[in-house]
Amino acid sequence: MHPASAPSALPSVPPSAPVRLAVNEITKTFPGVTANDRVTMDVRGGEVHALLGENGAGKTTLMNILYGLYQPDAGEIVIDGRAVRIRSPRDAIAHGIGMVPQHFLLVRRHTVAENITLGLAGTRFFLPTRDVERQINAFAERYGLRVDPRAAIWQLSVSEQQRVEILKALLRGAGILILDEPTSVLTPQEATQLFAVLRRMKEEGKSVIFITHKLDEVMAVADRVTVMRKGRVVDTVPVAMTSKSQLARMMVGHDVDFRLPARRPGTGAPALIAEDLWVQSDRGLPAVRGVSVVVHRQEIFGIAGVAGNGQRELVEALTGLRPVDRGRLTLGGRDVSRWSPRAMSKLGVAHIPEERVRMGIVPPMTVTENAILRRYEEPPFSRGPLMDYASATRFAQQLIVEYSIQTPSPRTPARLLSGGNIQKLILARELAHRPDLIIAAHPTYGLDVSTTDRIHRLLLERRDEGAAVLLVSEDLDEIRILADRIGVMYGGELIAVMPAGTDRGTIGLLMAGQRP
Amino acid sequence: MSWLIDVLIRGVAFGTPLLWGALGEIYAERAGIVNLGVEGMMILGAFFAFAVAQVSGHPVLGLAVAAVIGGSAALLHAFVSVTLRANQFVSGLALSMLGLGLAGLLGRGWEGSPLRTPLPELSVLPPLGALLAIVLWILLYHTRWGIILRTTGESPAAADAMGVNVSLVRYLAVIFGGMLAGVAGGFLSVAYRPSWTEGMTGGIGWIVVALAIFASWDPLRAVGAALLFGTLFHLSFRLQAWIPPEPLQMMPFAFTILVLAVTARWGARKWQAPEALGLPYLRGER
Ligand SMILES: Nc1ncnc2c1ncn2[C@@H]1O[C@H](COP(=O)(O)OP(=O)(O)OP(=O)(O)O)[C@@H](O)[C@H]1O
Ligand SMILES: [Mg+2]
Repeated sequence: MHPASAPSALPSVPPSAPVRLAVNEITKTFPGVTANDRVTMDVRGGEVHALLGENGAGKTTLMNILYGLYQPDAGEIVIDGRAVRIRSPRDAIAHGIGMVPQHFLLVRRHTVAENITLGLAGTRFFLPTRDVERQINAFAERYGLRVDPRAAIWQLSVSEQQRVEILKALLRGAGILILDEPTSVLTPQEATQLFAVLRRMKEEGKSVIFITHKLDEVMAVADRVTVMRKGRVVDTVPVAMTSKSQLARMMVGHDVDFRLPARRPGTGAPALIAEDLWVQSDRGLPAVRGVSVVVHRQEIFGIAGVAGNGQRELVEALTGLRPVDRGRLTLGGRDVSRWSPRAMSKLGVAHIPEERVRMGIVPPMTVTENAILRRYEEPPFSRGPLMDYASATRFAQQLIVEYSIQTPSPRTPARLLSGGNIQKLILARELAHRPDLIIAAHPTYGLDVSTTDRIHRLLLERRDEGAAVLLVSEDLDEIRILADRIGVMYGGELIAVMPAGTDRGTIGLLMAGQRP
Repeated sequence: MSWLIDVLIRGVAFGTPLLWGALGEIYAERAGIVNLGVEGMMILGAFFAFAVAQVSGHPVLGLAVAAVIGGSAALLHAFVSVTLRANQFVSGLALSMLGLGLAGLLGRGWEGSPLRTPLPELSVLPPLGALLAIVLWILLYHTRWGIILRTTGESPAAADAMGVNVSLVRYLAVIFGGMLAGVAGGFLSVAYRPSWTEGMTGGIGWIVVALAIFASWDPLRAVGAALLFGTLFHLSFRLQAWIPPEPLQMMPFAFTILVLAVTARWGARKWQAPEALGLPYLRGER
């Protein structure tokens, strides 16, 4: 182990700017876990400070303490040289702290403008959203991050929701901005736009704490990076004096090899056939417009595209969650156009949904109960009308070990797990039963580098065993690494299907709507 | 024709306490707190309005005191459900029982006495109620306060993260609701039936709770709904000679169940219950 308290071997950034925010020896325990163990770090004015660490390392916990959502057991927070107590988000806001939370805090039935208005000081009393709508549009005009201010949150895809959270924090104009995985479901272009905004904030002398699992983003935008492991700070280093592999090593504690195994060539028989599929959006407009596609066994079919181009609706139609308007869906030779999600699941369709907390788990239920959600009514998990919790627990324990899910125990409610560990739990459940068709939306979103690598290997493994995989991701690199064929969705249509190995530029142009 | 007008006037008269009570309940529920204690707050309001009006000779003073009493009773519910985070339904039911018992006890010596200085039934509260509904509707949908109130009921965590004092908003909304319930009760004893009898609210508080739901938590819809329920209630007396009153008295509840079923199945999201309704909020709970 890297000693947590040893001074950095590397010379640090010259202390040109004063320290704006420091945490000293912060400790926070939850039943069964020490989420933060004497954490010490500081952030300067005009600095983008990245925070890196495996899933469950305690990053979100630390940020929640800074934002007044949790109270630390011990330790102090110092802002501009003065020790402060942050008892509530109100206190945090008064100290100029803003936060984009990892799990969005948006009112689903309210419009984008209403959600943003709530956080803004100095809006008008009557018709406050009018001005705010203008502000949102002006901001979008200047910096990208476009979103319809009058749309209700429930009508938006997760990446659009992420944009709303970012806008909410940016429009508010915090002096110290915390971003907890703000780019997890943004497209590369959107992330680039966000980074431009962050650089401008830097020039204005503001401080940014930026949590991400993407090492490239750390290298691109951060000045210094603090790495956490198992609740402790491993080290803080200037980005200019480190490398991706060094950071990965610090995070995991040993060297990591990200080269994926060679793929077995060849694909099998058609598994999923969609013919001229039309699906409506929540707003009642056609979101999927005549998509025809065949996914074979032993094939990973990647769908690239900017969020909001019909991917969500397509995935929901394929899993039976959304009615098919027109067209035909065949799976394993059967017409499944009108099948329920349950029937689809029984047929061997695994679904890794994009909204993990809302659709992937039942938050108040235990890890064990969530682990058997797919097969709870079958032996060995139940006998007749009675549940067999002993065998369910055994099964959950097996998944916990196999997928290294960090949880105090199988009896812990799933909502208490860290974001990445919730995702691992979903993947474990969905892949455990060797499904024939895997429909995965952003499967590695929020996962640390080594877990992402594990998931990639798993998907390839299942593919080689004969499963058909439909992979929807905005991460072009992920699609290019995994997919045997790549389709691009734009405006609800599948505008092109290309072989693996197509270069980024070509795909990027198609994603922007440039038809071949 | 004059029969119809007469029925409508009686509908307005009886709809008035329903409207006042429902507007209060709508605001409390918009903040996420169910208050089933309306019946208790109303009967306390009725008794104190009567007692104060009888002694002082000023029915409006009686109504003001009723508002204070209703608000105080609601404060108790707010403390139990917001600060102690206890079960809101149980607390509300207890408040109803408590109010009925307490008013009965205090009113022993006045049982059956008519009020010396009644308030004309259709003079103050019916038009004021309609005006209040419009003001509350504008506040709810078109002001910053409205956004704060609705967010607190939809997602207290989101409100908290934006620096809103969730407990304060919930307290204020519940107390405001109690004040309106108190006035609604006072209307019964100083204007509608200017007298005091034990249990004179006779279940109106429960209609109010149903009405908040029936109106989809919308102050303007509450006006129409109150008029409808009020008319139905009046008809149940008027038509007693031909049909037993019970079926018509059941109508408000039957309607409410129907509306709940219809909105759950076909209604726009806008018309559904606040998402965090009935759920206590504890910061930092994942
Ligand atoms: N409110 C809570 N109650 C109980 N345990 C909690 C709570 N909040 C966090 N934890 C635990 O603390 C540990 C750290 O979680 P945290 O969310 O801070 O991790 P993280 O570094 O943000 O991980 P990720 O990258 O997956 O988001 C986890 O083991 C988590 O289960
Ligand atoms: Mg986290």
